[in-house]
Amino acid sequence: MTADTTTPTPVASGTTGEPALKVDSLWKIFGNRSDKIIGTSDADLSRKDLQEKTGCVLAVKDVSFEVAPGEVFVVMGLSGSGKSTLVRCLTRLIEPTSGSVVLNGEEVTSANEGQLRELRRKQVAMVFQHFGLLPHRQVIENIAFGLEVRGDDRTSRRRRAQEMVDLVGLSGYERSYPDQLSGGMQQRVGLARALAADPAILMFDEPFSALDPLIRRDMQNEVIRLHKEVGKTMVFITHDLAEALKLGDRILIMRDGEVVQVGRPDEVVGAPADDYVKDFVSDVPKSHVLTLKWVMRPARPGESDSGPALQCDTIVRDAARDVLAANGPVRVLDGDKVVGMVDDQDILRVVVAEEGTS
Amino acid sequence: MTVQVLARPVNKEAEPPTERAKNRHTMPLLGAVIVVWVVGWLIFRNHDTLVLSFQQQTDFHKWINDLRDNIQASAQHNWFFHGVIGKITTFFNWLVEQIQHLFSLPAFPRPVPQVGWLGVLVLLGWVGYAVAGARSAILVLVTVFLFGILGAWQDSVDTLIITLIAVAICVIIGLPLGIAMARNKLVSTLVTPVLDTMQTMPAFAYLAPLALIFGIGASSAVVCTLIYALPPLVRITEHGIRSVPATTLEAAGSLGVTKRQLLRQVQIPMAKRTIVVGINQCTMAALSMATIAAFVSSPGLGQDVEQALQNLDVGGSAVYGFAIVIIAIMLDRTTTAASERSEKQSAARVASVGGPGVMLVTVVLEHLPRWASEETKGRRPLPSKAFRRGILGIGLVVVAISIWLSRQYLSLASFPKSLDFGTDISNKVSDFSDWFVNLAEPVTNAFKNVVTYGLLNPLQSLLGESPFWLIAPVILALALILGGWRALAVSVVCEAIIFGTGLWHDTMVTLTMTLVATVLVMLVAVVLGVSMGRSRRADTIIRPVLDTFQTIPPFVYLVPALALFGPTRFTAIVAAIAYGVPIATKLVADGIRGVAPTTVEAARASGITRWQMIRKVQLPMAREALLLSTNQGILYVLSMVVIGGLVGGGSLGYIVVSGFSQDQLFGKGLAAGIAITALGVMLDRIARYTAARHGRA
Ligand SMILES: Nc1ncnc2c1ncn2[C@@H]1O[C@H](COP(=O)(O)OP(=O)(O)OP(=O)(O)O)[C@@H](O)[C@H]1O
Ligand SMILES: [Mg+2]
Repeated sequence: MTADTTTPTPVASGTTGEPALKVDSLWKIFGNRSDKIIGTSDADLSRKDLQEKTGCVLAVKDVSFEVAPGEVFVVMGLSGSGKSTLVRCLTRLIEPTSGSVVLNGEEVTSANEGQLRELRRKQVAMVFQHFGLLPHRQVIENIAFGLEVRGDDRTSRRRRAQEMVDLVGLSGYERSYPDQLSGGMQQRVGLARALAADPAILMFDEPFSALDPLIRRDMQNEVIRLHKEVGKTMVFITHDLAEALKLGDRILIMRDGEVVQVGRPDEVVGAPADDYVKDFVSDVPKSHVLTLKWVMRPARPGESDSGPALQCDTIVRDAARDVLAANGPVRVLDGDKVVGMVDDQDILRVVVAEEGTS
Repeated sequence: MTVQVLARPVNKEAEPPTERAKNRHTMPLLGAVIVVWVVGWLIFRNHDTLVLSFQQQTDFHKWINDLRDNIQASAQHNWFFHGVIGKITTFFNWLVEQIQHLFSLPAFPRPVPQVGWLGVLVLLGWVGYAVAGARSAILVLVTVFLFGILGAWQDSVDTLIITLIAVAICVIIGLPLGIAMARNKLVSTLVTPVLDTMQTMPAFAYLAPLALIFGIGASSAVVCTLIYALPPLVRITEHGIRSVPATTLEAAGSLGVTKRQLLRQVQIPMAKRTIVVGINQCTMAALSMATIAAFVSSPGLGQDVEQALQNLDVGGSAVYGFAIVIIAIMLDRTTTAASERSEKQSAARVASVGGPGVMLVTVVLEHLPRWASEETKGRRPLPSKAFRRGILGIGLVVVAISIWLSRQYLSLASFPKSLDFGTDISNKVSDFSDWFVNLAEPVTNAFKNVVTYGLLNPLQSLLGESPFWLIAPVILALALILGGWRALAVSVVCEAIIFGTGLWHDTMVTLTMTLVATVLVMLVAVVLGVSMGRSRRADTIIRPVLDTFQTIPPFVYLVPALALFGPTRFTAIVAAIAYGVPIATKLVADGIRGVAPTTVEAARASGITRWQMIRKVQLPMAREALLLSTNQGILYVLSMVVIGGLVGGGSLGYIVVSGFSQDQLFGKGLAAGIAITALGVMLDRIARYTAARHGRA
């Protein structure tokens, strides 16, 4: 990782052993002879300078991260920051220039064509911003397409596809063609198609950007629901911070192909790595994201023995009522251990600061 | 000839500023050149005009004659001519003959074909239903029945045979080739120039060499039809496969498809509509060429029309011409319906866009009907699969019975004389046309005189009576001023070629007719196109007419023109106008429609009149379309002016035509074909480079 995060990389709950996805110093440079650049001093140039000097576009620069099984890992950044390129490099829809990707213990970057195809058929599935549905096939045939290409027999893929239709709430539309559906419904088809293969990892590339805000919210909730139901590991690309905070267990922020920060939502908001991230998160209602850990103060001697207590990962907004109702400061616990105190002032500072900025 | 426009769309990047600055001097420079020309003409009139009388031949022409004799003499021994070409020739002749015996020619020892007219009728109706549905089946039945009524049964069926054989071979070669080109860059780079060449050559130019190689008759007809009809299919197929959105390919890739699965389950199904449009274009091109192949003695209607035209028999040519038109409509509607069927309901129809030597790939691709690539909402409910299968099964039984019957009864085998109204119709048409021509004489004469004295004669005298050493630099100067250095370079080469053919003067005469007809085409096209571009109503009324006109093979246009104007060069010009107007009009209309509505709205808000809107906003902004339209207009017109040689058009066209019929003129005819090609390329490039330079204001 190129940027140091200010807090130690947290580990998502339930992580033990091997990560579901491990990315190690991944590079992607578009252009001729781009493989000659890495390792030279040119590689240290900024994207703009490199393009001026060599004509190559630096899309992903030395990115490393790990995703734990069951985690929702969000990659976000402004347009052109290299998110789509990054996620496509993970399954080599775009061939990375260098670096390694290990998926469930399998080295993607060195896989041959057959292995790669196997991997795409069984291990990973993607949902795209532009849906990528086949207009000449009915909904159910679209959903079954991945099963068809990998050679599942007709009855089993029909059954599986029907399950997926029901899962994403499209019952009754099995025989429709994609162009007869609204955008939101089409994306449900995309989602169902991805889920049909029962992959270990789901990847989303800005899946909801093309949808209007209300439908987008529905779809986000849908993803949260599905995540609860099927518990898949997810890599989710978005340029929408609210979406990132809502869905992500952890967030990776990119700028010009580089990683700027990786962390839990509250870490990104509470301790932005630099001005770029700070600017990014300035509009976020902090009380909705920050936990008590970010607002508490050290306990004074004697304070920490009795009185009301809250867990340190409680969101400020949820804690506000209790804290304000209590007479005096409230203890903040990490498990059984007291880690600090909050009082009315600490809460109000967050909430009032928000009023000021928004 | 516009092939490269597709490959490298008219240079849309900003031109260097110096070029822009030069544009301002265009008008004065043009004026200066023309003044020099006119002055030179006044002084040196009728000197060095390089007139070559009809029977005169140059050494070059004789050399070609010798070459032909040598080839014919050595063909028996040479492994290539005897072994390869000979085999192909024999095969095609054999194939066509076999099918003819099946459907149109007496099959010895029977006095009639294997399958009589009833069998053919029902069989074709069944095919129509199978590929395109019930309505097309009815259209096919009516059309085929009309073959007999018109007294053109055998020749119509022959035309169909040649056309369909060529289309079948095109599909067998063209689909895999187009797909390979779409998937493999190398194949595409290798094949594209070949297709360019095939399309740049005016059909007339390669008929003669082909006849030399493949002999006169069915074989040559099939080969030249093939050459002419293959490129649109290949190109449109490539285009269709390529236009499958990258996002879809990527999504399929993420599911782990193999290359084969991608092709069969994603690319081909998604390109299907476009590919069927390609088959439609291929079919229409094949039909148009199959009629022109009459010059190399192709069996079919072409010869009938040609002979009737040469005998100035309006009635006869009208009957055969009408048979061609109904075949065209039948083939067009059926293939269109087939593509609609293959997917969804459509609002627009394919208009066939092709002409001899001017296959308009850009135009074809840019003006593919909307439904060819776009998905439309809602689909017409099709009869269920089971129902269709049932009908097809029953139909097959009916076909079998009809064929059996048509083999049993003579009256069902050869079309009964009592139903053959060919001669009657021909006489009626002649009478009517005499009456009508008399009636219209004042109008047609006035038109003829205005054009002749106002445009044709002055231009012809300017072009035809100037010394060649004056015109040649004048044309080069015009090319340079209008189109820049590249246009100049092409023009130098083309002029040299024309000079080398020894047909300079004839080329100038052909050029005159082409320019005059083009001016008239553009006048009509702008008027119609502007009204279509501005009014939806006008568009919905005019466009279907243009579509129908475009499906008609060029030969047929000569018939009404001949009736109205007799065997003069004017007939060729009128036919050329009729032939060029549809495509030019459509391009103008699309250009006008393409002017951004916001601009039009803003202009309206500033309170300008309708006339100002057209002159100051819409026409200038549609400049590129106007230039493209002129470019296409020129090429269409040129090809028609050439065919017009048949009915008194004179000059190059007449020489080409004579080359086919008179043995000792073969060389001269071939040279004329070369001259036409050079002239066409020169005009096309000048127009295209002009469009590139001046298209974007
Ligand atoms: N095929 C390519 N060839 C050259 N440059 C490319 C290519 N694809 C992407 N790029 C460049 O790489 C950079 C990253 O693009 P990418 O599509 O990954 O950004 P993104 O973060 O997904 O943006 P968006 O939010 O707009 O989707 C951009 O500067 C883009 O121009
Ligand atoms: Mg993107």
